Amino acid sequence: MRLGTVVFLLMLLLPITLAEEPEPWSGADALAEQKIVEITGGEYEPWFSPIWEPPSGEIETFLFSVQAAVGALVIGYFVGYFRGVKEGRRRTEAR
Amino acid sequence: MHIAEGFLPSPWWYLWFIFTLPVLAYGLARMRTLVEKNPEIKVLLALAGAFAFVLSALKIPSVTGSCSHPTGTGLAVVLFGPAITSLLASIVLLFQALLLAHGGLTTWGANVASMGIVGPAIGYAVWKLSSKLSTRVRVFLTASVADLATYVVTSLQLALAFPAREGGVLKSFEIFMGIFALTQVPLAIIEGVLTVIVFRYILELKGDVLVKLGLIKKSTAGGVRP
Repeated sequence: MRLGTVVFLLMLLLPITLAEEPEPWSGADALAEQKIVEITGGEYEPWFSPIWEPPSGEIETFLFSVQAAVGALVIGYFVGYFRGVKEGRRRTEAR
Repeated sequence: MHIAEGFLPSPWWYLWFIFTLPVLAYGLARMRTLVEKNPEIKVLLALAGAFAFVLSALKIPSVTGSCSHPTGTGLAVVLFGPAITSLLASIVLLFQALLLAHGGLTTWGANVASMGIVGPAIGYAVWKLSSKLSTRVRVFLTASVADLATYVVTSLQLALAFPAREGGVLKSFEIFMGIFALTQVPLAIIEGVLTVIVFRYILELKGDVLVKLGLIKKSTAGGVRP
């Protein structure tokens, strides 16, 4: 998987060094919202707003990291569990 | 790829709900039969769901100077096909709409359609058509294509809802693709690599379940005991 790891790191790091002009690194989703406003000539008003919004950028970041952490925890738990089961079976058979 | 809350006017928001809901119902039925047949599949469902959870939370910088996120649906597509993937994606998107104000309830139908249904379906077509290639390459292609296709669908959804005054839907599609397409290429590659890594873990540790799912032949399930 060495090739995969190299490609992965390149894709992660190259953009930051290669981006042509200094950009604010905003989200593509937000850029699309701006374009909608532009296309409609500034007329479009979202007709529904989120029922709850994270009160600040920090809290939003916090919730995003919770999402990632919970997912990673589940993956790590099961991979470790499978590995343990396999190892246990190997040891019993070796006896 | 998340269309923000309130950013799809009538009739588009409910048309996408009409498109999405039957697929979710079908996915639920398929998941039930699959779990009844092989209860051990539950852990793989949890893994695939968790994988989508992690990847869709990561906003990664890209060559265009903006950030975007992978979809994380590729693993579920390979393991279970697009119908069940749509269910997992719908849960992720609901979580993000309610707790992160990312995406939205009114645009949930459209977002599930792109990230959960059409993107994964196109990825699944790649999986099916590439049966001659090695499993590793197939998994990579499936995940990358599902990711890219998701963003093409989002661009199309926005273009249909917001045709440009001059040039109409086609011009709008070009504009939205301009935001998403190039940005997404490195992310799709990252997503492909990560999916292969996790898939190899599953292959190594749970190869017997993959044989049961009919994904691999017994001979290729390395080190698997009955």
